[in-house]
Amino acid sequence: MANLKELSKRPELLSGGHRLCAGCGAGIIARQVMMAAADKPVVVANATGCLEVSTTIYPFSAWKTSWFHSAFENAAASCSGMEAAYKALKRTGKVDKDIRFITFGGDGGTYDIGFQSLSGAMERRHRMLYVCYNNEAYMNTGIQRSSATPLGAYASTSPVGKVKKGKEQIKKDLTKVMVAHNIPYVGQTAVGYWNDLTTKVQKALETDGPTFINVLQPCRLGWGYNPADTAVLGRLAVETCFWPIYEVVDGKYKINVKPKEKKPITEYLKLQTRFKHLLRPENAGIVAEIQKNIDENWAWLQMMEECSNKAGV
Amino acid sequence: MPEKKNLKAKTGNEAMAEAMRQINPDVVAAYPITPATEIVQIFSQFVADGLVNTEFVAVESEHSALSACIGASAAGARAMTGTSSQGLALMYEMMYIAAGLRLPIVIAEVNRALSAPINIHGDQSDTMGARDSGFLQIYCENSQEAYDSMIQAVRICEHPDVLLPATVSTDGFIISHCMEAIEMLPDEQVKEFVGSYKPKNWLLDVDHPFTLGAIDLQDYYFEHKRQEIEAMRKATKVIKEIGKEFGQKFGRSYDMIETYKLEDAEAAIVVLGSTAGTAKVVIDEMRKQGKKIGMLKIRVFRPFPFDDIREALKNVKVVGVMDRHDGYNGYVPPVCSEVRSCLYELDKKPKIASYVYGLGGRDITVEMITDIYQELLSGKTDTNTKYIGVRE
Ligand SMILES: Cc1ncc(C[n+]2csc(CCOP(=O)(O)OP(=O)(O)O)c2C)c(N)n1
Ligand code: SF4
Ligand SMILES: [Mg+2]
Repeated sequence: MANLKELSKRPELLSGGHRLCAGCGAGIIARQVMMAAADKPVVVANATGCLEVSTTIYPFSAWKTSWFHSAFENAAASCSGMEAAYKALKRTGKVDKDIRFITFGGDGGTYDIGFQSLSGAMERRHRMLYVCYNNEAYMNTGIQRSSATPLGAYASTSPVGKVKKGKEQIKKDLTKVMVAHNIPYVGQTAVGYWNDLTTKVQKALETDGPTFINVLQPCRLGWGYNPADTAVLGRLAVETCFWPIYEVVDGKYKINVKPKEKKPITEYLKLQTRFKHLLRPENAGIVAEIQKNIDENWAWLQMMEECSNKAGV
Repeated sequence: MPEKKNLKAKTGNEAMAEAMRQINPDVVAAYPITPATEIVQIFSQFVADGLVNTEFVAVESEHSALSACIGASAAGARAMTGTSSQGLALMYEMMYIAAGLRLPIVIAEVNRALSAPINIHGDQSDTMGARDSGFLQIYCENSQEAYDSMIQAVRICEHPDVLLPATVSTDGFIISHCMEAIEMLPDEQVKEFVGSYKPKNWLLDVDHPFTLGAIDLQDYYFEHKRQEIEAMRKATKVIKEIGKEFGQKFGRSYDMIETYKLEDAEAAIVVLGSTAGTAKVVIDEMRKQGKKIGMLKIRVFRPFPFDDIREALKNVKVVGVMDRHDGYNGYVPPVCSEVRSCLYELDKKPKIASYVYGLGGRDITVEMITDIYQELLSGKTDTNTKYIGVRE
């Protein structure tokens, strides 16, 4: 794996000057992913969303590599087509380079409307890395809830009111769903762990098959925090075990970061306006439920790590 | 015209699949739906037998089928798919995008009624729903036309003045599942005719990276759309040239429209697709009784051949336009609406009658078409659309 020094010498495939919000985690993710990928020619497919609209406003583009967008729900399908074209054109000799394919989708474009297209592409075993930059809501259209929005969070379509206390359902665990596709590499990470992200990207790109990485992305607008705290929030999500960092390689689980001491979830909630209402005494029950879910999931993950690595499994 | 050779018995679906085999596209991404399923099945057998170099992507929906074709085409590949009805409807969103991104994808389309109620038989409501998508639309009268049009469509779409996608349609079951003798061209001649796809910019040309599909706001969108509209306009000339070249090389010429016994006709009907074949039988029969009748078949509905239609119908007294789709209380259904507005330019305007027929695959018979001609000749037409062969 290339170290930071080596990575920093690679060409920047996502340049500055894009129009993501100050402190946006999506730009950090895209830049680090592209840095990790830049040792080979790489073609990018992007779903509609903040990353797409903010980096390619015609006639400008922040991308210094071939980049493609066609719609919201089909990034994995378009990338399937590009990868199929690559195979065909390599066969007929029109392409001789070794090219890698990366798809970027937001949580809406990945967990919800693009879920079928992602599932299909993974099952068909196209060699592509799918990166979900997961800010846990439809940010581009104004912070509407998605199936990645966590329990209790405010979103503009799961608002807080006299009777409702933000999102009433727990989020979908898409990383688990991707593991269930039996693809060779699935990873979960967060902004604030550049080394983990770039290592995961390199591993994924070396894998001959479909790979998926789910990256938790603090969104300063939708989460409501001081723009300087983007990485702080990513780290707190991991330190509270709200968003564990792990990977599943050929079915074997590895937790990449194990907090010495699991911080209480309130440490994470209290920095974000989307959870502000949960700190009121009458909503203590919701916080307790969130904490319970975290504890159970963390225990489950440790168990999976242990059993999946047992000899003979 | 050279002697007929290499006659093969083929259904419409087989004919289209054979054309695809000979075109040998780089990528085919498709999903099954009656009546187009066979095209995909037959083609995947060609792939399994190593008869084509194509990368076949068995996608999980038609939306993904066209999305994958769009990705493939943008990447630099010649891409094709096939579908019908609900499948095409699921593609609608991506059809506008394929056209807007100027990607020359060809869809082998078998016309089938749209749900609800669910029905698997032929009418043209599926492609009519996409008539403003930026796709070229070619409607075929029989398997031979379907075969020939698929081959021409590749050249037309990839022409630098056009760069737009196309649907090549046959009527569900009537053509798709009906066995006919068609003349197939030798593989080598098709290969030579279609040539290879050489896009100017393609995403896999990684030494020249570029961005495709950027957000295009008030300051540029209109210009890009204006170019697309212009490409559609220019396609008319290209379709005519390629139809002529095809005729010179292989003995079967094609144009935007086909006329049948219109020269001295007093009454004419306008049709799309297989009904033209039935109408020809009626015309021959009624002409024996001295009736001056003829027909205009619209082969290419997009771009709309308004000049040709106006020229062909300028001396006709009464025109009956037959739609296999309804416009749901638009003034008249789509084909009639277009024909009517292009004839409006004439000083001596023919009378126009509108007929909707064959929804959900309802038969259109020789008797029904005879009745339409009789009504047109009687001078007793009015402006209300008539529904043919339906229990009111
Ligand atoms: C078919 C379709 N439905 C809805 C939209 C509107 N839309 C564009 S982006 C977006 C939300 C994107 O959310 P997400 O994928 O999470 O990305 P983010 O904006 O958060 O980066 C929506 C709803 C669309 N472009 N296409
Ligand atoms: S709204 Fe959120 S995700 Fe979108 S650009 Fe701003 S910070 Fe980034
Ligand atoms: Mg989002």
